[in-house]
Amino acid sequence: MICDVDPKWLDAYADESCTPEERDGIEGHLLVCASCAAETLSRMAAKRAMRIAATCFSPSAEFQERVEESLRAEMVSGKSFWAKVNPLRSFTWMAQGIAVAVALILVVASTALWTVHLRHQQALAELLDIHVATTASANPVDVLSTDRHTVKPWFQGKLPYAFNLPELQDTPFKLIGGKLVYFRHTAGAQLVFVMGKHEISVFIFQDQPGMFVTAGTAREKGFSAESWSEGGMRFTVLGDTSAADIHQLADLLRAAAR
Amino acid sequence: MGNQTGNTGSFEQLALPHFASLYNFACWLTQDRAAAEDLVQEAFLKALKGFSSYQQGSNFRAWIYKILRNTFLTTRAGLKATADLSLDSDEFAQEPVAGVGTETGLDPNTQTRRAQTPETILFARVEQETIQRALEELPVHFREIILFCDLEEMSYHEISLTIGIPLGTVMSRLSRARKAMRELLATPPLSRLDEEPDSRAEARIERPS
Repeated sequence: MICDVDPKWLDAYADESCTPEERDGIEGHLLVCASCAAETLSRMAAKRAMRIAATCFSPSAEFQERVEESLRAEMVSGKSFWAKVNPLRSFTWMAQGIAVAVALILVVASTALWTVHLRHQQALAELLDIHVATTASANPVDVLSTDRHTVKPWFQGKLPYAFNLPELQDTPFKLIGGKLVYFRHTAGAQLVFVMGKHEISVFIFQDQPGMFVTAGTAREKGFSAESWSEGGMRFTVLGDTSAADIHQLADLLRAAAR
Repeated sequence: MGNQTGNTGSFEQLALPHFASLYNFACWLTQDRAAAEDLVQEAFLKALKGFSSYQQGSNFRAWIYKILRNTFLTTRAGLKATADLSLDSDEFAQEPVAGVGTETGLDPNTQTRRAQTPETILFARVEQETIQRALEELPVHFREIILFCDLEEMSYHEISLTIGIPLGTVMSRLSRARKAMRELLATPPLSRLDEEPDSRAEARIERPS
């Protein structure tokens, strides 16, 4: 008997690669077609013979152990450093590392701030020395005048910058005069004011990083000081009066500079 | 049938049960035990490294066999097999198979005899060693598809996933591979040895008795 069923369907049936519907259809056909049933049986027998014949190589236990060992090694080396260690320990180490890093940053920052503070204190001390030396001198100023329109022009040509002086009428302050001073290799103006019996110096320098006089107020050995930067110039007001008085004069100077 | 879909677990849990069958398959591919060991080891390491790309729950067996097969195809023997396959593409299924004969590689007379020989009688008549030798002599792409189907009992769908060819190509290639196998079995081994004595001897892998 000759059957026109495509042999591929018999293959698919023998290879168990049919859909349930296809399988049902082929099984129905095999019940009535002896030729296809024999062909299918022969295919199944061939598969079985092939399976038996082809199952002939076994890995040695040594080889399997070697592969498993290489897998374990790869699993260890393939993971990140943090993943390899105990997660809790990783967290602890990480926390400790962060703490150390933060502490280090704090130490460095504190040291830097302390260094700046020390330099600021040192700068103030130097300006204070100049102020004390000036007030102790028999000739405290080079230009002796209470008139700001006399004092200010006197610095022209002596300094590479100009500044304004405030109108002091109706204020407790009185201008005495001014002179050239040198602070850290830089020429600047020292203006001397009095307020009652108190003498106050106003230092005006070009603002530059090496000045180390930071903005703010300070109190040193009974002296008050206030410093600020404006228009590229560093102003420092310093005297043996209260911080409020220093601040008042500072405000007048700031207003004049604008 | 070994349907291996829906696998989940660690790499070792999924991969090690396939170790022996992968090794057996690698021996058939490479026809050299040392090369098979290298191939299996490399495939396992590649699979481990690429395990993150394996979709949990999908067909792990098809996935790892595909890695082994692709690893083989990058070897010298694999590249040669690929070259043979390109000359023998499934689109030209009626073209002679290189090194085996007309249509499926054998001479026309053998072919005629083959078509008249029922598989049951043929496979019953031959001994295991004859089947093994015939399998060795098949081109790699025929050998692997027979092994996937008959030895590993993969479905056509699994084979399609593993080799990366359409389902229809799986069916036609398998059909041609079996035809070539039948022809080789129907041809006396001595006459085949007379044809290419050196290459046959070189290709033979030592099997356990």
